[in-house]
Amino acid sequence: MSGPSDYQPSNPALQWIERRLPIFGLMHSSFVAYPTPRNLNYWWTFGAILSFMLGMQILTGVILAMHYTPHADLAFKSVELIVRDVNYGWLLRNMHAVGASMFFVAVYVHMLRGLYYGSYKEPREVLWILGVIIYLLMMATGFMGYVLPWGQMSFWGATVITNLFSAIPYFGESIVTLLWGGYSVGNPTLNRFFSLHYLLPFLIAGVVVLHVWALHVAGQNNPDGVEPKTEKDTVPFTPHATIKDMFGVACFMILYAWFIFYMPNYLGDADNYIPANPGVTPPHIVPEWYYLPFYAILRSIPNKLAGVIAMFGAIIILCFLPWLDSARTRSSKYRPLAKQFFWIFVAVCILLGYLGAQPPEGIYVVAGRVLTVCYFAYFLIVLPLLSRIERPRPVPNSISEAILAKGGKTVASLMVALVAAGALFLGSPGDARASEGGDNPPGNKWSFSGPFGKYDRGALQRGLKVYKEVCANCHGLSYVAFRNLAEAGGPGYSVAQASAFASEYKIKDGPNDAGDMFERPGRPADYFPSPFPNEQAARAANGGAAPPDLSLITKARSYKRGFPMFLVDFFSTYQEQGPDYISAVLQGFEDKVPEGVTIPEGSYYNKYFPGHAIKMPKPLNDGQVTYDDGSPTTVAQYSKDVTTFLMWTAEPHMEARKRLGFQVLTFLVLFAFLMYFTKKKVWADSH
Amino acid sequence: MNPDASTIAAGAPIEVDLSPIAEGQDIKVFWRGKPIYISHRTKKQIDEARAVNVASLPDPQSDEARVKSGHDQWLVVIGICTHLGCIPIAHEGNYDGFFCPCHGSQYDSSGRIRQGPAPANLPVPPYQFVSDTKIQIG
Repeated sequence: MSGPSDYQPSNPALQWIERRLPIFGLMHSSFVAYPTPRNLNYWWTFGAILSFMLGMQILTGVILAMHYTPHADLAFKSVELIVRDVNYGWLLRNMHAVGASMFFVAVYVHMLRGLYYGSYKEPREVLWILGVIIYLLMMATGFMGYVLPWGQMSFWGATVITNLFSAIPYFGESIVTLLWGGYSVGNPTLNRFFSLHYLLPFLIAGVVVLHVWALHVAGQNNPDGVEPKTEKDTVPFTPHATIKDMFGVACFMILYAWFIFYMPNYLGDADNYIPANPGVTPPHIVPEWYYLPFYAILRSIPNKLAGVIAMFGAIIILCFLPWLDSARTRSSKYRPLAKQFFWIFVAVCILLGYLGAQPPEGIYVVAGRVLTVCYFAYFLIVLPLLSRIERPRPVPNSISEAILAKGGKTVASLMVALVAAGALFLGSPGDARASEGGDNPPGNKWSFSGPFGKYDRGALQRGLKVYKEVCANCHGLSYVAFRNLAEAGGPGYSVAQASAFASEYKIKDGPNDAGDMFERPGRPADYFPSPFPNEQAARAANGGAAPPDLSLITKARSYKRGFPMFLVDFFSTYQEQGPDYISAVLQGFEDKVPEGVTIPEGSYYNKYFPGHAIKMPKPLNDGQVTYDDGSPTTVAQYSKDVTTFLMWTAEPHMEARKRLGFQVLTFLVLFAFLMYFTKKKVWADSH
Repeated sequence: MNPDASTIAAGAPIEVDLSPIAEGQDIKVFWRGKPIYISHRTKKQIDEARAVNVASLPDPQSDEARVKSGHDQWLVVIGICTHLGCIPIAHEGNYDGFFCPCHGSQYDSSGRIRQGPAPANLPVPPYQFVSDTKIQIG
């Protein structure tokens, strides 16, 4: 991007433009002729991966914004309608939500790569600081994006994070009021967060341009940390780096697609499928996994202001890295001590992430304090000290000499990259959830589990019957319309059957010409009517506990899987905590209360309900609902059927998701192979 | 970006009738989007709150200064944890007061911070007794 280019397009039209605006020359010198060090490994493809992710987030985000309503009363519903009714809305939403996590996976790898190979050292200080600015902007954008679905975790995350600013002396309270636009987190807050969430990605894109510009001025660092000296040390960016980056991006997309199609909720929190409620704090507030290390630092310091300073300090300190580490050798490859401390630092970050997801008590607090000290010690003590006492190994004279000294082990290092990316999820148990204080529900065999899972049509139809005859007396199903019953991937009714089903309901409509509300038979476009007009009525009629809406219940309930099960779940695509929990609760009623458990008046003992005292009386009894297809009329069968039905109401497009997932993954694997062999061919002469 | 006129107008004072709250019970009302706990404290709770050595508290304040004299059984506090804004749960924790589930702060029966990361007591909103059984918040 520096200096005039001698590039001349051959096409006369392009020449005409080029003479007036040398944009093609700029592109050519930046992304085609640009000399890139010959010895870059696959860790260097994360720059391209990050650009790809930023593009993805902006693209999906712009389309999502066309369907989203930024209002406290409507936001949650509008997100659900995107997922249910917008064409491929479920795909867009998953891509965007999972994309945020993937973006952070890539940025952490990218940052750690810079740390390991000393990419922040002279003359790349400004490049590095621009990177830290991008990271800060990403964190702000990610946080505000997480608020937009307006679920419980959105609301309470917003409350906790905005309250961080109240720690600032004197101005704290007024700053927080300014952030909220009110006296508490509410509709004005949601509105401004939406506006800023739309704005910030473009700021990020702007800083990325500066970041790339600075990169192209200083030149890329490389694994050996010696500057290219002769033409033999470099290769042209295109085709060499281009094809290598494409292979890297293709591999990364496989991981991305795995999440999108097979476990979209793995990285999220079940509580965020419960609409925001300013009157109830979830028992355990956890931020998104990518903030967990900093959250752990915040919580490990007993003083509020000091905790907030430490948390922000943990990020700001990165800006001073070029001056904290004054060692002349760049790459940790030639720094035996720095290399060891680097991996200890990585372990500290991952452990801090793990602690950030744990409740703030006992041993976790102590461990958090120790690790916080370790985190800062790495920057403030270890690195300055090492640069004085460490005796680095001799650095090769040039890049070509370094290449001659070693064989290619690039594929191995890519594997390490993927494993490391996976290991980052160590810090994301993320499911501190419903069943604290209840037994873990037993696992079930569900027809819809796994990458090829499908709903059992018979179970869906029977489950609908159980819902209609039993559950519907108290529980709503407000996100499900009668027309959904006839849609592909659902219970398999015909349009006529769905209309007939709808017409059995009385739907309130109006006002008519006389200004009165009236009742009419349901139409396919109507939604299941709720049994109570509002939450207060539901609460009053049910002894103080409002029966929750069941549309999303299988996604809004979960239980803690714990270590190491959540790692196993990643590979087995286990996503059925919710259904397991629901079916366990339906079957978990016991007349005999075990010793030591006291159940208050008006509550019932349930083995699997958190705290064991549930307000809902035993809903299902053997023989209560008659089945036409000869299935056993037992509580176990009812629970299984109604849970399957409720899984469908929560994820009506699950079959399409898994089907498309298989196609996309097949394509991506083939594409990655093609890219790999093309890359081998292109690089054949260069290694 | 400060609150607009309608938000400010919606934050006008509200009146709350205390007569239905039995001793030992508490209610939560919303004022300016914030939950306000109104507790009808038991004799035990009042005695506990007054037996403490005020100077030993993290945020020293006497119980008398936090309630209206003559209405000592009524505690009115903003139910927002002074740490990071979660809503503490009433009648929980070791001090017969409030317990915040987010980061483990514990408040006593006078709403004063006793344990945990929160720096200050639960704030008392501006309020006055209109009659013996009615208060106006704001």
